[in-house]
Amino acid sequence: METLFSQQFLVEGGDFRNAGNASTQIKTILKQIGIPGEVIRRVAIAAYEAEMNMVMYAKRGVMTLRIEPMKVEISVEDEGPGIEDIELAMQEGYSTASPEIREMGFGAGMGLPNIKKNSDEFSIASTVGKGTQLSIRIRNRVVQSE
Amino acid sequence: MKTYSSSVYVNVEKCNGRMMCMRICPTEAIRVRNGKAELIVEQCIDCGECIKVCPNRAIIPATDSFSDLSHFKHTVAIPSPVLYGQFGRDVTPEMIQGALLKLGFNEVADITGACEAVSLAIREHLENYTLRKPLISSFCPTIVRLIQVKYPDLAELVVPFESPKEIVAREVKAQRSKELGFKEDEIGAIYLTPCPSKMIDIKLHPRKEKSFIDGAISIAEIYSSVVALMAEMRNVTPPEVSMNNVSGIGLEWTMLGGQTASLQMENSLAVDGLKNVIRAFEDIENGRLRDIDYIECHSCPEGCIGGSLTVENPYVSRSNLIGLMKRYGDEPKRSREEIQGLYNKKFFFTERRLPVTPRQRLDENITKAIEKMRKKDAIYRNLPQINCGCCGAPNCGAFAEDVVQGVAQITDCIFIYQERLKATGQEMLRLLNKKPGYIKD
Repeated sequence: METLFSQQFLVEGGDFRNAGNASTQIKTILKQIGIPGEVIRRVAIAAYEAEMNMVMYAKRGVMTLRIEPMKVEISVEDEGPGIEDIELAMQEGYSTASPEIREMGFGAGMGLPNIKKNSDEFSIASTVGKGTQLSIRIRNRVVQSE
Repeated sequence: MKTYSSSVYVNVEKCNGRMMCMRICPTEAIRVRNGKAELIVEQCIDCGECIKVCPNRAIIPATDSFSDLSHFKHTVAIPSPVLYGQFGRDVTPEMIQGALLKLGFNEVADITGACEAVSLAIREHLENYTLRKPLISSFCPTIVRLIQVKYPDLAELVVPFESPKEIVAREVKAQRSKELGFKEDEIGAIYLTPCPSKMIDIKLHPRKEKSFIDGAISIAEIYSSVVALMAEMRNVTPPEVSMNNVSGIGLEWTMLGGQTASLQMENSLAVDGLKNVIRAFEDIENGRLRDIDYIECHSCPEGCIGGSLTVENPYVSRSNLIGLMKRYGDEPKRSREEIQGLYNKKFFFTERRLPVTPRQRLDENITKAIEKMRKKDAIYRNLPQINCGCCGAPNCGAFAEDVVQGVAQITDCIFIYQERLKATGQEMLRLLNKKPGYIKD
């Protein structure tokens, strides 16, 4: 499908102070373009969870926003420890977060399940010791109807 | 559809284009053109930050003045509880109300009782509410405007309640027209306001056809008259005032945390200052704060006591009000059953839902919006990105958008202007040095 717009956002692992900036920028772009509110809401939640995962676990990563006529896609690629057992990681409540991260109110094991819940198509791949890739696609009903 | 107008305007003669308003505006609603500030009314959320920073006092709040009220047969002053904290710990609401009567109002209606009732009704509402959370307080008109303009998706979370001042104006008008035989429009309900945004709430109420309040006078404007009149009346027993049942709980309403304190709910937040409110709204959009039931939001630091039309330092006001709260106690004026009864009768609800007027879209048409987004991006990348403001826009991003929307020219940027000039100069030099064909070498 033809990409109408795309932009990349860099995310630094461990940088809690700026955590959420990339998702906020993505949201602003979608609002300026006029993507419907319900679509933005789902993209925002999925992007934010993905961004937080990188901040919490990865060394660094890139989040790419791609707007196509039928859908909004967020792809995520990080350099980090990777996920050993993806099936387990997709279960609600499962988390490998440190007690420190949990104390900050994160790492409740809802991140990946929440991303999946908010996307229409979701795929995940990971190599232990190298990193994780996510692809999150959310249908954009208004562009579709034009 | 109502056309929107703003609670502030620029006095062009006083403005000398120092751009402080432009830099502080949280919604980038100010541009400086030909050396004068201009307001983009649709984008303004009436926060009053520009009033506070203008060194020339060129930004004027559009409040009424006392003389505008002569055409009413009966006038009712409705002071914001902020007024009670402006004069010192030993000054009671009764003394202030007495001074307002002397000032010429026929009646003073206290709203602390209504503030208390609305707080308790919010608690009822939260117990009945099962949909998306957190609910957001709706009593700061600037916050409501912010949601309408920048966070339309959060509009459904705004508590569907009238503000206490509206409820009091509605009730007092109904009562007085019955008792005194005036028509409701012959009774003037005048709010004594701590900020200009309440003015817009009155003139263009977003959630109903017409406000029950007829005008607003700034607390700063009547401050000195009230002080003088209270001094005169020092040894006189205050005259009787109506609805003077001051509520200790209600006195807290205008301060940060005042609404959530009376909710007695652990899962609530109180947020002050626009930057912090914006951060909380971003968090809600990101799916955080789902476990929170209610967020009380104030545009001004410390709440309404930090409003731009107040006189006293907000921290002193807070201390004064806390002193008064002790005096009036924390016993509710109305029983829970009474509040439930009123709640079930829809006593607190607004006439209609909050409409949204999103201002962020670059174009109505998505394809064109994307095209503009691309252009804006390309322009932005060529700008110096130092946000100098010389072009008259608050930052390079806003300027790039202005260029794409056709309201600014790329050469308004002094850096681009200089580059173009340099290129033109070099081209001129090249042409000057080029010998015409008829001249032999």
